[in-house]
Amino acid sequence: MKPPKFMYCDPDSVEEAVALKSRYGHDSLVLAGGQSLMPMLNMRLANPEVLIDINRVTDLQQITRDGDVLEIGAGVRQSVLETDPAVAAAVPLLGLVVPYIGHIENRHRGTVGGSLAHADAAAELPCAAVTLDATIVVQGTEGRREVPAREFFEGFMTNCCAPDELVVAVRFPVTPAAAGSAFVEHARRQGDFALAAAAAVVTLDAQGHIASAAVGVAGISGTPVRATAVQDALVGGPTTTEAIAAAAAAVGDSVNAADDMHATGTYRRHLAVTVVKRAITAAVGNAAAVERNGS
Amino acid sequence: MTTTENHSKYDSDTRAVTLRVNGREVTREVPTRQTLADFLRDDLDLVSVHLGCEHGVCGCCTVLLDGGSVRSCLMLAVQAVGHEVETVESLSADQNALHPIQEAFAEEQGLQCGFCTPAMVLRTKEILADGVERSDDEVRNEISGILCRCTGYQNIINAVQNAGRKLRCGNSGTCAKEA
Repeated sequence: MKPPKFMYCDPDSVEEAVALKSRYGHDSLVLAGGQSLMPMLNMRLANPEVLIDINRVTDLQQITRDGDVLEIGAGVRQSVLETDPAVAAAVPLLGLVVPYIGHIENRHRGTVGGSLAHADAAAELPCAAVTLDATIVVQGTEGRREVPAREFFEGFMTNCCAPDELVVAVRFPVTPAAAGSAFVEHARRQGDFALAAAAAVVTLDAQGHIASAAVGVAGISGTPVRATAVQDALVGGPTTTEAIAAAAAAVGDSVNAADDMHATGTYRRHLAVTVVKRAITAAVGNAAAVERNGS
Repeated sequence: MTTTENHSKYDSDTRAVTLRVNGREVTREVPTRQTLADFLRDDLDLVSVHLGCEHGVCGCCTVLLDGGSVRSCLMLAVQAVGHEVETVESLSADQNALHPIQEAFAEEQGLQCGFCTPAMVLRTKEILADGVERSDDEVRNEISGILCRCTGYQNIINAVQNAGRKLRCGNSGTCAKEA
């Protein structure tokens, strides 16, 4: 299996990449880490006339912290998020989700922006972006615009970028120090696509009740889903097993997955409730641990 | 769009690439669509790079890129410009001698057909770079990106642990402190 012929472009600036994207539009595809696009090329499921390789654009490979915002360039390799202390300190959830992305061989090449742009509903980084209210920065010939993660993912493998636009960065709000984060995924084997996965970030009030909760779910619909019904049921309530289970049950209504070769819709619904319950329980435990340690 | 309308710097279907492979600088003219795996096998004769699925699932084409394991079927050769690539051929200068990791795989029967072995050996080199002893479960997780259809993995796990002892405590694989 070999890729079909294409015109190979490897610009070294965002401006040139955008100019190429603008010029060739739907005839072109952007190559970042290649962990999804290269298989498509090898199997000739993708047949672009022009391939725009952004791996030489070093401007896209920066991680910067500006006050309460952690900005990660689109070209940053996923494996960097596993080990970067600045990332772990600012947004602990990222370090928890990244080890579930494929295998290390994929994460050494796969990029943050590539995973977001690919918009796989079972993918970990889109789920984290939606859970954390991240902002995705895209650049086109008209300049930059900032898109809330919940509006960026439009449907199955579809993002909101125009043909001349490129994902250049993602901005995560820094997680409050007192918050607990957790991520739970169920897949048939290590590294497989998630059948269902859930991310949760919670804070507790002085009484030990849930003060705030953000819950996101992957693998159960055409896009990553923010489980607002679950969050509403949690906030102000206790952290008992029963309360968490009752809140988690509300995610069932968000599951919009048909039967497929991996799982039936019914099974995914069951899994969604289970991973949400476990993620909230773990996040509450982590928030309580942070409080005990007085940090 | 037709490519003929555009006489840009990107027009050529081939490109000269210079990279380091197994410690030596190499320069070749390659098709821009050639995968790194095919470049290593066909142009450089490094046939330890095995191609199983050619779409990133089996892991048998794993090589080390700047010390980190990557699937060479999911990279273009032109993307390796300026990088350092390592294949199993780099491990031992003497054709009749084995690297301690290879010895460990032989001793533990960490291979049967051998198809995944070069990838497993390179991944082991990457894993063991930190010098830390690891449990069965940790190794199982760390090698999960490479499929082996023969061994059932247990002997590979034993081999990784044995190789770790050899690298930490010398070639006998006996660690006085740990024994």
